Amino acid sequence: MLPKAKLWLGLVVAAFTLFSTNLQAAWELNMTQGVTQISRDTYDLHMQILWWCVAIGVVVFGVMLWSIINHRKSKGAVSATFHESTKVEIIWTVIPFVILILMAIPATRVLTEAYDSSESEIDIQVIGYQWRWEYKYMREDANDEEVSFFSVMSTSREEISNDLPKQEHYLLDVDNPLVIPINKKVRFLVTANDVIHAWWVPAFAVKKDAIPGFINEAWTIVEEPGVYRGQCAELCGLDHGFMPIVVHAVEQEEYEAWYAQKQEAARVTREMANNVVTMDESMANGADIYNRNCVACHQAAGTGLPPAFPALAGSDVVNGDLRANIDLLINGVPGTAMAAYGRQLNPIELAAVVTYIRNSFGNTTGDLVQPADVNTILQEAQ
Amino acid sequence: MSAAHDDHHHGPAKGISRWLFTTNHKDIGSLYLWFSFAMFLLGGTFAMVIRAELFQPGLQLVDPNFFNQMTTMHGLIMVFGAVMPAFVGLANWMIPMMIGAPDMALPRMNNWSFWILPFAFAMLSATLFMEAGAPNFGWTFYAPLSTTYAPETVTFFIFAVHIMGASSIMGSINIIATILNMRAPGMTLMKMPLFVWTWLITAYLLIAVMPVLAGVVTMMLFDIHFGTSFFNAAGGGDPVLFQHVFWFFGHPEVYIMILPAFGIVSAIIPTFARKRLFGYDSMVYATASIAFLSFIVWAHHMFTVGMPIAGELFFMYATMLIAVPTGVKVFNWVATMFRGSMTFETPMLFAIAFVVLFTMGGFTGLMLAITPADFQYHDTYFVVAHFHYVLVPGAVFSIMAAVYYWLPKWTGYMYDETLGKLHFWLSFIGVNILFFPQHFLGLAGMPRRIPDYALQFADFNWISSVGGFLFGASQLILLVVVIKCVKGGKKATAQVWEGAQGLEWTVDSPAPYHTFATPPDPKLIHAQ
Repeated sequence: MLPKAKLWLGLVVAAFTLFSTNLQAAWELNMTQGVTQISRDTYDLHMQILWWCVAIGVVVFGVMLWSIINHRKSKGAVSATFHESTKVEIIWTVIPFVILILMAIPATRVLTEAYDSSESEIDIQVIGYQWRWEYKYMREDANDEEVSFFSVMSTSREEISNDLPKQEHYLLDVDNPLVIPINKKVRFLVTANDVIHAWWVPAFAVKKDAIPGFINEAWTIVEEPGVYRGQCAELCGLDHGFMPIVVHAVEQEEYEAWYAQKQEAARVTREMANNVVTMDESMANGADIYNRNCVACHQAAGTGLPPAFPALAGSDVVNGDLRANIDLLINGVPGTAMAAYGRQLNPIELAAVVTYIRNSFGNTTGDLVQPADVNTILQEAQ
Repeated sequence: MSAAHDDHHHGPAKGISRWLFTTNHKDIGSLYLWFSFAMFLLGGTFAMVIRAELFQPGLQLVDPNFFNQMTTMHGLIMVFGAVMPAFVGLANWMIPMMIGAPDMALPRMNNWSFWILPFAFAMLSATLFMEAGAPNFGWTFYAPLSTTYAPETVTFFIFAVHIMGASSIMGSINIIATILNMRAPGMTLMKMPLFVWTWLITAYLLIAVMPVLAGVVTMMLFDIHFGTSFFNAAGGGDPVLFQHVFWFFGHPEVYIMILPAFGIVSAIIPTFARKRLFGYDSMVYATASIAFLSFIVWAHHMFTVGMPIAGELFFMYATMLIAVPTGVKVFNWVATMFRGSMTFETPMLFAIAFVVLFTMGGFTGLMLAITPADFQYHDTYFVVAHFHYVLVPGAVFSIMAAVYYWLPKWTGYMYDETLGKLHFWLSFIGVNILFFPQHFLGLAGMPRRIPDYALQFADFNWISSVGGFLFGASQLILLVVVIKCVKGGKKATAQVWEGAQGLEWTVDSPAPYHTFATPPDPKLIHAQ
């Protein structure tokens, strides 16, 4: 090899090394290989079809470039007169067809595997809401304490508005991640409560639309413990960009401990619903809940985004009858983006957020709502 | 009154009435093209807002609601306002001149089909200034986001779509009637230029699918205002039905925006290679095959909705098949260039860039057809990169190639070649900086239609935005070139291009207001 060529080769190798190590996080070029058999198979399919395309591209664009360089009038090229050839036409119809068959075979195999959601060991219902996810673990025994919770983005609005520095997992962090055990077949039953969303975790190669009125199935067997992040993939309105998915894949024992602790927490919450809360507690708790659940539409200062999203500051509902205000929060407003929070928040949270909005943004009703009162209304509704 | 005598001196009327009441195919063609360029700038402005917001992570310029309005309006304006009317404009100008007809078959309807368009787009654009804001549910307007959860202005959107559909259907009927009835003696179907062939097939596609689009928006209208539940699960309806109906329109629509481009490129490459088009017959059959296949692949846009596996496989195989006729076309163009005698004026540069970059969009299309891989690509920037490659350096470049190619015939003057080449190179470089990094963004996991993104996507996003600003600004050069060329310049000959073939090059430049009032000499009509 000539010294000059060696130098170039060295530079290219150095450039590639630099690219693939130091800058990998920021300059990710390719699909993830993921942590499941299906995600690796999908990656292989992706690379296989990519290389076919590259090969075809090199041949076709090569011939074209060669013609452009050599068959130009300025070089004295005289045009040939041929304009058809059945033989050539048949060849370049048949060869692509054969390549397609070679691609279709592995694609069919992987798709068949990805569609086999039978014999799952854990079933989790995944429900999309504007703009959060609910995870509900299917119980083996109806008497067990149910584990179900909402998962809301925990990145603060100040980071989004550039008033605070952005943290490492900007827009990709949630308050309550989904927790699943590794090496177990976990089935997701995906649906939605309002508009269409899509539940996507690239490392699992799972993307399924969450459609109101439908239950779609997807599954995964995660092989490595870790934190895996994804996002909603179907435009679902205002905060489509702000409903991330975080999955913790953990060892079986850790999963069991987490599950038991969640059950215990649910029991405690139910009991605490009878405790009496103070104004200060409620305002602090309410502000937190408001900032996670309400702020996208009603805005930090309660100004809303009229006309679709009404202001809470000075609102007739918020300053009017308390019972009507609680009812609206519990049942939502059908046909609008105002969701029914009776199922999304627990009585303590519902009470706190009502107290908060009735005593913030210039609203001064002085009302302090007790969880027990909300609980009574919830039970009446049932 | 001597009507026959008047006809010989019949020129354009004076002032605004020339344009309002014209039934002349050349005037209406010009109206369509100017309208299309105005919409291209408007939709492009929306794209600049999108790219400016995405220049950095965080929300800088617009709120998420307005961002969603921008993505929606950008898509609608570009598809229905820029690309489609541009092709109709080219059809109006060129089809009668290419087949030796004096005008379009239905000239009054021609006037009507253009003049309803400004009203449709005025109505659609006016929603930006209304309290509820413009449509914000994406140009694919999936229910129930576009029905139960839509801003009130959705009704204006629905009526605007109805008017656009009516315009397209009238335009298509006119084109079919013209091509089938008004060809000069000797212009058999298999002697028609490919631009005429591709438009004939496109017009049939339009007639087939525009009523489907009208149907789906009407169902939305009923869901919103009259209490039906076509797409409302709570009322027994089916949100997925919306997607099936929409994409039964939407996929052929994709080919409506690319088949005429194939025709344009098939005219330009032989001209500047000074060699007959390779495989004319196979080009016609490939176009017809693509049109047929376009009706049976719609659900490849919906691989993640949870169809049964048999459906997924059918739509995967059918979609992959499209690669065969599309490949034939690309191979034919390359074979036409092979052993030609090429020169590289601006139309040829745009045509060559079309072949290369459209083919790259075709490659990613093939990748997207592989269903399991599509689960990873779906609704990411990989898809955004894919369809912008086929639509911008695909459809839009072909329109620019056509404008440069026929501009001397329209104005009678040669355009400024230096400025033309500058426009080409800036567009070519800009469009690749704009869209190529979006492949990486999508593969790395960035969903489309988000106003803000995680930090790992920051670098490719600012690069893409820089490319976007470059590409956007470069389009103003086209405006300068066209205005300069309309005003004057070097006189164009009737032939214009040394290697050009076809009836349009047998009439003077600029083309007289009325051409082929008597049919051309059949000896002028050659096999393509």
